[in-house]
Amino acid sequence: MPANAILAVLETRDGALRKVSHEVVAAARQISTAGGSVDALAFGVSAPEGSNGVGANRVLVAAHAEFGRYNPDGFAATVASLAGGYGAIVFAATATGRDLAPRVAAKLGVSLVTDVTGLAIDGGAIVATRPVYAGKVIQKVKLKSVPALLSIRPNTFEPEQSSANAANAPAESVPVPSFEARVKVTGIKAPDAAMLDVTEAPIVVSGGRGLKEPSNFKLLEDLAEALGNTAVGASRAVVDAGWREHGAQVGQTGKTVSPGLYIAVGISGAIQHLAGMRTAKTIVAINRDKDAPIFKVADYGIVGDLFEVVPRLTEEIRKMRSEQ
Amino acid sequence: MKIAVCLKRVPDTVAKITIGADRKSIDESGLKFVPNPYDEFAIEEAIALKEKAGSGETVVYGIGTDAAQETLRAALAMGIDRAVLLKSPGSPDGLEIARVLAAEVKEGGYDLILCGKLAVDDYNHQVGVMLAELLGLPCISSVAHLTVADGSVEAEREIEGGVEVATCRLPAVLTCEKGLNNPRLPSLKGIMAAKKKPLETKAVPVGVGSIEVLSLDYPAERKPGKVVGEGADAVPELLRLLRTEARVL
Repeated sequence: MPANAILAVLETRDGALRKVSHEVVAAARQISTAGGSVDALAFGVSAPEGSNGVGANRVLVAAHAEFGRYNPDGFAATVASLAGGYGAIVFAATATGRDLAPRVAAKLGVSLVTDVTGLAIDGGAIVATRPVYAGKVIQKVKLKSVPALLSIRPNTFEPEQSSANAANAPAESVPVPSFEARVKVTGIKAPDAAMLDVTEAPIVVSGGRGLKEPSNFKLLEDLAEALGNTAVGASRAVVDAGWREHGAQVGQTGKTVSPGLYIAVGISGAIQHLAGMRTAKTIVAINRDKDAPIFKVADYGIVGDLFEVVPRLTEEIRKMRSEQ
Repeated sequence: MKIAVCLKRVPDTVAKITIGADRKSIDESGLKFVPNPYDEFAIEEAIALKEKAGSGETVVYGIGTDAAQETLRAALAMGIDRAVLLKSPGSPDGLEIARVLAAEVKEGGYDLILCGKLAVDDYNHQVGVMLAELLGLPCISSVAHLTVADGSVEAEREIEGGVEVATCRLPAVLTCEKGLNNPRLPSLKGIMAAKKKPLETKAVPVGVGSIEVLSLDYPAERKPGKVVGEGADAVPELLRLLRTEARVL
């Protein structure tokens, strides 16, 4: 196998590919040199649904009775066993990828660059761009190890829409090396199977102190439902106050998000919140204080009482959606 | 129960970050530093677990310059028993940091090694898991809920749209997520006691690694936005702009 081949590690849940898998392949394609190939690696009890259409040249399937759920030691042993033929291995910077990639790196004794938002090739080396200090600074690093290990931030690499690159890639099974499962994932508690994560949703609606009390988040949940495909986020202040789960927190000590549309409701825009959402493509702010810092980063702002503005917005969007 | 905690000194999360003249590091003059917030969850958990066990020892390890002594003292003031400062300017390569820590804690006979899930400066998000792998220990990362009993760990970690439940045997390495606990504030008594607790300092060689920082830059400024209007009456115009100008709906 040529050294310029790239391995993209896919993510699945319940036997189906997750959206970020397409982004991992797209990122791998960006660093694959002319004539280079991208192999995708999928884990599962069997080949995951849709894996042959992910845009890779080949799909490698590591099937194992224990791979219906994330198996940290088994997945890491498998990736490490395949690493030799590749110039780079690309992971997703998701809960799973953030756990898996460092295991592989340590097993192989090579470095890992995480949460990459941009990739380029310079003089034959991979140069990665990544936010540090919660997005207050953008760092550019050169990866000198082979294979180069990196993880990409969800929602930042555009999946190829109509890829000429093997829309129907052949699937090949790869052997799973023997491993000792020191960590066992015993179950997944899904609070709401339909709940989207703020890091992956195309639209995020976030609320802050301006909502006055936890029950008023219902206004944002209604807006999210009207928009569809929307996650509900929160500022640090309301998470610290116990109004929302930490998983919803946007900003430093929370999550950094890059959705297509971010709607900040009743959030003043503390520096550590802005750091977490400033890479959103379009930002809307709704706040009663016209001098709130959030308006400095917002593309569109409405100054006013959120208790009037948000229900109206929800109503108008419902109307719009029903006409579409 | 013998527990090690890894601690990093980082700029205060609310501080403005200024890039240094070399364009590869930040300007630290006048910058306020704090213990990495995720490491504070690890410190609190270590102290609470020892209290619950009724006996044992908690040790905090930090890699950094002499300035990190203050950060380690803060952990001692919270209730950690002793501290070890591994003197080094550090490295942008997390694997090199993990190697130094692994060499240091390897013979310590620890039941648990606790780290923050990431440091809020370099966002490398990898050292704790690498440390476990180098030590050949089980690891559960980003733990938001934890039960330790009968030589085993059951932990919950947030995944996208749910919570994953995982178990492993001790000894183990865990990385801590927000939500695990509420770190205590040091008491006056704790602060006084911390001054007398042992803080060992030793120089360690940290490898250069294979990640080279080429540059630091500020993120691109967003184009100035506009206030569409005031109150609920501005909603139709907002929607029109989102559809026709931003094309996001």
